[in-house]
Amino acid sequence: MIKEFTKGILKENPVLVQALGLCPTLAVTSTAYNGIGMGIAVIFVLTMSNIIVSLIKKTVPSKIRIPIFITVIATFVTIVKLVMAAYTPALSKQLGIFIPLIVVNCIILGRAEAFASKNGVLASALDGLGMGIGFTLVLFVMGTIREILGSGTLTLGFPLLVNPFTINVLGNGYNPALLMILPPGGFLTLGILMWLKQLLLEK
Amino acid sequence: MTFGSLIALSISAIFINNFVLSRFLGLCPFMGVSKKTETALGMGMAVIFVMTMSSALTWIIWTYFLLPGKSNVLYLLFHALGANVRPEQFDFSYLETIAFILVIATFVQLVEMIIQKSAPALYEALGIFLPLITTNCSVLGVAELNTMSMHLNFLESLVHGISAGIGFTIALLLMSGIRERLELADIPKPMQGLPIVFITAAIMSIAFLGFSGLKF
Repeated sequence: MIKEFTKGILKENPVLVQALGLCPTLAVTSTAYNGIGMGIAVIFVLTMSNIIVSLIKKTVPSKIRIPIFITVIATFVTIVKLVMAAYTPALSKQLGIFIPLIVVNCIILGRAEAFASKNGVLASALDGLGMGIGFTLVLFVMGTIREILGSGTLTLGFPLLVNPFTINVLGNGYNPALLMILPPGGFLTLGILMWLKQLLLEK
Repeated sequence: MTFGSLIALSISAIFINNFVLSRFLGLCPFMGVSKKTETALGMGMAVIFVMTMSSALTWIIWTYFLLPGKSNVLYLLFHALGANVRPEQFDFSYLETIAFILVIATFVQLVEMIIQKSAPALYEALGIFLPLITTNCSVLGVAELNTMSMHLNFLESLVHGISAGIGFTIALLLMSGIRERLELADIPKPMQGLPIVFITAAIMSIAFLGFSGLKF
């Protein structure tokens, strides 16, 4: 059981190993806090949809399973979207269209199809939680690197619990590498992270 | 709205806010099917078609079914039946995500079946890419942008949909051309595969940043 939880964090990390969910990974990581916010939203949707899919797996006809899974996922995304708009409006504005786009995040449909539709409820919940945490970790690391290099600061916080606060990491004398928070910086950071992962795996 | 503003919208969606390289939409197919120019072209054509049609469909659903007001079809229906209803009671805009993804998924299935029956040659070329398009976030992305954030009218949505598809295809074709060359290049082993593709995409993205200086 523990293995279902831990595999998503490093060994089968959804972003670095399976190359899924790339759009939000690159789009929302201009600050570390945005990365955490997106990660939490995905953890919720992924865990809940995995639980529901594993509960209904026997009653769903296999021919129309994909539209049904998508409807389940879209329901939870709508819940997240409305909750975020109500309680964390600033974050909701920052993430913009990438909140509704969690529906088409391939990690979620991928886990529903590859894992939850074949396994029990508890295993599916743990799998969703682990994959979600693995996804969040990558987003957090990406956000940290890009924000420190791109604006010299680090914004931390936890949605609903800890209000975001900004630390001036590199001091006022630092001339920010603006490119890192622009789109090319996202591609570059993820490319280098994937390269480092392959470098470490080779040994 | 003039013809000029439509051209401006189109150039903006193709180059300045390129869906792949600056909006980060549709990255999975961008990484997945950019190994060969031929398949990249097939995927690009399928995406242009689906994006244009789903832009139009989702705009209609949004304006006439989800938004409250006197033009809401459900309001008109209840009103015609003599029920005592007010237009603002018919606000279904919170259902937008579910409605859009279902419309897109159904439409893609329908197109797949129609093409399979009526144009087998076209199906051979596009067929395998069509199911993948449902989970291509650029299709849902363009629908969300048209309605939720850019508030475009019908014609603008259509132009934005076509242009976004063309922008996606250009980026995909450029990347596939580069990747065909990369096959022959001497790349350090840990860099092979996705890392070098991401770094190439970063350089392409820097090039596309140059377009952001365009002013209309």
